[in-house]
Amino acid sequence: MLELEGISKVYRVGTFGGKELHAVSNVSFDIEDGEVVSLIGESGSGKTTIGKMILRLTPITSGMIRFNGVDISTLKGAALKKYCCDVQGVFQDPFCSYNPIFKADRIFGIVRHEFFPGLTGAQWSAKVEGALRAVGLNPPDVLNKFPHQLSGGQLQRFLIARALLLDIKLLVADEIISMLDASTRMDVLNLLADLKPRGLSILFITHDLSLGYYISERAVILYRGCVVEMGSTEKIYSNPLHPYTRLLMASVPRLDKKWEEVEAGLRVRAAGLPGGCVYYDRCPITDQAGCCDSRRPALVEAESGHLVACSQVTGQ
Amino acid sequence: MKKQKKHEILYFALRNNKVRFGFTIILFFLLLTFVGPLLTHYAPYDYVNPKGAQPPSAKHWFGTTMFGQDVFTQFVHGLRATFLVGAIGGALGTFIGIVIGFTAGYRGGIIDEILNMITNIVLVIPTLAILLIIAAYLTVRGILVESLFIGCTAWPWAARAIRAQTFSLRARDFVDLARLSGMKDWRIIFSEIAPNMMSYLLLVFILQFGGAILIAATLDFIGLGPTNAVSLGLMMNNAVLWGALLLGVWWWFIPPGLAITAIVGALYVTNVGLDEVFNPKLREM
Amino acid sequence: MSLRVENLTVYYQTLKGDVRALERATFSIADGEIMGLAGESGCGKTTLGHSLVRLAPPMRFVEGRVTLDGEELPIWDTERMNDFRFKKISIIPQYAMNAMNPTRKIGRMAAELLRSRRVDFRAKLPELRSRLDLVNLSHDVLNMYPIELSGGMKQRMVMVLSTLLNPSLLIADEITSALDVSSQKAVAEMLVAFRDQGCCKSVMVITHDISILYQIADTILIMYAGQLAEKAATATIIHSPRHPYTRLLISSLPKVGVKQSERRLTGIPGSPPLLLDPPIGCRFRERCPVAFDRCTEVPPFTEIDRDHFVACWKAFEEHARA
Ligand SMILES: Nc1ncnc2c1ncn2[C@@H]1O[C@H](COP(=O)(O)OP(=O)(O)OP(=O)(O)O)[C@@H](O)[C@H]1O
Ligand SMILES: Nc1ncnc2c1ncn2[C@@H]1O[C@H](COP(=O)(O)OP(=O)(O)O)[C@@H](O)[C@H]1O
Ligand code: SF4
Ligand SMILES: [Mg+2]
Ligand SMILES: [Mg+2]
Repeated sequence: MLELEGISKVYRVGTFGGKELHAVSNVSFDIEDGEVVSLIGESGSGKTTIGKMILRLTPITSGMIRFNGVDISTLKGAALKKYCCDVQGVFQDPFCSYNPIFKADRIFGIVRHEFFPGLTGAQWSAKVEGALRAVGLNPPDVLNKFPHQLSGGQLQRFLIARALLLDIKLLVADEIISMLDASTRMDVLNLLADLKPRGLSILFITHDLSLGYYISERAVILYRGCVVEMGSTEKIYSNPLHPYTRLLMASVPRLDKKWEEVEAGLRVRAAGLPGGCVYYDRCPITDQAGCCDSRRPALVEAESGHLVACSQVTGQ
Repeated sequence: MKKQKKHEILYFALRNNKVRFGFTIILFFLLLTFVGPLLTHYAPYDYVNPKGAQPPSAKHWFGTTMFGQDVFTQFVHGLRATFLVGAIGGALGTFIGIVIGFTAGYRGGIIDEILNMITNIVLVIPTLAILLIIAAYLTVRGILVESLFIGCTAWPWAARAIRAQTFSLRARDFVDLARLSGMKDWRIIFSEIAPNMMSYLLLVFILQFGGAILIAATLDFIGLGPTNAVSLGLMMNNAVLWGALLLGVWWWFIPPGLAITAIVGALYVTNVGLDEVFNPKLREM
Repeated sequence: MSLRVENLTVYYQTLKGDVRALERATFSIADGEIMGLAGESGCGKTTLGHSLVRLAPPMRFVEGRVTLDGEELPIWDTERMNDFRFKKISIIPQYAMNAMNPTRKIGRMAAELLRSRRVDFRAKLPELRSRLDLVNLSHDVLNMYPIELSGGMKQRMVMVLSTLLNPSLLIADEITSALDVSSQKAVAEMLVAFRDQGCCKSVMVITHDISILYQIADTILIMYAGQLAEKAATATIIHSPRHPYTRLLISSLPKVGVKQSERRLTGIPGSPPLLLDPPIGCRFRERCPVAFDRCTEVPPFTEIDRDHFVACWKAFEEHARA
């Protein structure tokens, strides 16, 4: 349904925009109908940038994103509006997603104004109440309140409800639970997973591998803007091939094992980032005699439906 | 992050001594512009006292000028001109600042750079030189022309400040969300970004208001002011021109000087006070 | 006994009345202990941390006694606390890493900080360098601006700055929450290293992520709605908690290696009460699955086993029966 084809994003940084920052380099993956795909990586790896490019909030430097076969950068006017109806996002910080001086329901009002100007007041209220109930909120409790009167979990549910009003096909969920309280995280995550039967696809962005495993079928591991491993979550989880994926695994704080037990002997080495593997300077298994520092490893299928970009693992 | 309710703002505003102090002074002068003309039955430039310069008396509260004009009458009419210049010049300056600041901050990129360049040019243009040229062409200049001129040259810093604010608000997620809803850019600016800056815009206006009054007084004083009206700056200009300082006719130049200082000072004090009111971190509990 | 807090009660003064954010907190932290402080958002964790360091308006000291290394802290007097702050007791505030002045180089910021405490920067420089080594930061960071550092680096820098004078107690408020998993781990492990190297005697780690506490803390204190709920050794809290809230809190955490389609994890239903007008009796009563009539009285925070404190009528009952 959604295909990313070699997309890159270069930001101009520095005092006079003289330097280039490659936030995303040559990323390709796709999302099928009704599929949950996790995009996993540490902060600054380019996850949000990819999400924003899909949502058309930031232009693509090179490459192409196709939605149902249509290049989204060409959309204009009515077609663009239709795209907004199909693809929506929820962001990390619930409190930043609301204009603090208006009531929280305003986000619904905007949707009505832009997409459903024809509905009567009663039809609209019924629609909003339906969406709110679908996300597990009791409409009278939450309507007509200011954002600061609602909890983070309620605000994130509100945003999901807003997306449901539009009857969307794809939801980009960018770290939507990382700012939430421990006690409400699971509920919001479950809510997301429960949307699957509606035929919704989800791009679930997270830095926590175990959360990706909890709800998604496929995972894409991102490091410094490059995909280093992707495939079915089951396979990646049970058999992480790329050393960076292993580091991510070892870093998840867990209640059953201590870090020392999980940790593999990781060496940290300081080196610049040459044309070689993006993970070269932190990789514990790099081969100094080999070509890790000079050639960027390609994504190679290690087993069926499980790709990894590490020359040490794939033996290329 | 929390929304401050209107009555809460009002509560703190009324409790803030700086706001109270500044506001009282401004209100006093504003009332004087309305009530003042009713209290005198002269016109500003009428020669009402054949004896020339006379100190304040029961008949002429602020005394009379060298030509026997009533200083109080000139004062209250000049006060009106001063407020008019402040309001028109300040509003125009704020308006241009808002339009340029919002556009540059929201659109960014090349548009931002062009607008930034224009702002910088206006900032360094020698205002006085232009005014001299204008003065040479326009032999009859009124308060309105003066206000327009001030408004058109005083906006750059406002535009800069508003641009910076817009820039930071624009990066907030709720703006992205509005864009995702297919909202038009100008609607996003006016219904999402601007309301968040209301307090800021008010402060900008107050500063522009005070600035315009000050610039007008300076222009009047050096003889580039209106030719067909009376203003506080002109009063001081005339007083100096006719040697009021040397002859000790203090009642001619002290009232306008004091009024300008008091009004501008009060505006700045109000500004500082309002800043405290809007910014909970600066509030004294 | 490094820190001892008795009956500490602190309110926030607002236009609508007192927010009772911390009531009758009584606990202690031993020398060398890393104590985790956990609970939902708004339960008063930050309030507790701040009241030990800088109790400034709108906070209002109501009652209580705090002793550090046998010396009573005048926490109600912000002036007199100047002698202790940063030297004996130091805090890394929530969002500290975003609060660094963006126009100052890190080194200059450190120098200013030390000067404000009348400590010679030059004399401390070698110490500062060795601390940077300890947290794996290159010495070059002293010549950088905060924006040039990543979140994890900033957080480690803040840790170094706040422990430079070897305080007895370091309070770390949510220093891992805004970080990704690998930086979380690095920062958390560095806290332990700081304690082991004697950069600070004891540590109070505030977070809502109990799985991090399981990794690094010796004891865990659970708070709910402004009151202490349970305190015990980490293993006890994780494996045999007594308070119903602790149990729910732990079961609501994401588990590694669980798929939603196979096993559905859930959060705690309901939300914490407003502290402007908290409910009488046990504050957890509304959400508690095992509440009973006794719970309309406030359960005292009592030691039921050695070093295991809990405030719950049901837990007392279970304990008496066992
Ligand atoms: N400045 C303030 N004025 C009034 N009430 C406040 C203020 N700061 C905090 N509170 C209230 O005090 C209570 C405890 O807040 P505190 O910040 O200590 O919570 P916390 O446990 O640190 O939460 P979080 O996990 O979100 O950091 C909350 O009910 C909060 O609303
Ligand atoms: N507007 C921007 N201008 C310049 N650099 C940016 C901008 N947005 C993001 N970046 C940079 O791009 C990289 C990827 O950022 P981001 O997509 O936010 O990562 P993530 O969401 O994985 O944390 C980071 O190095 C970040 O600093
Ligand atoms: S005291 Fe009662 S209501 Fe409170 S936690 Fe214990 S059982 Fe539940
Ligand atoms: Mg991000
Ligand atoms: Mg806090």
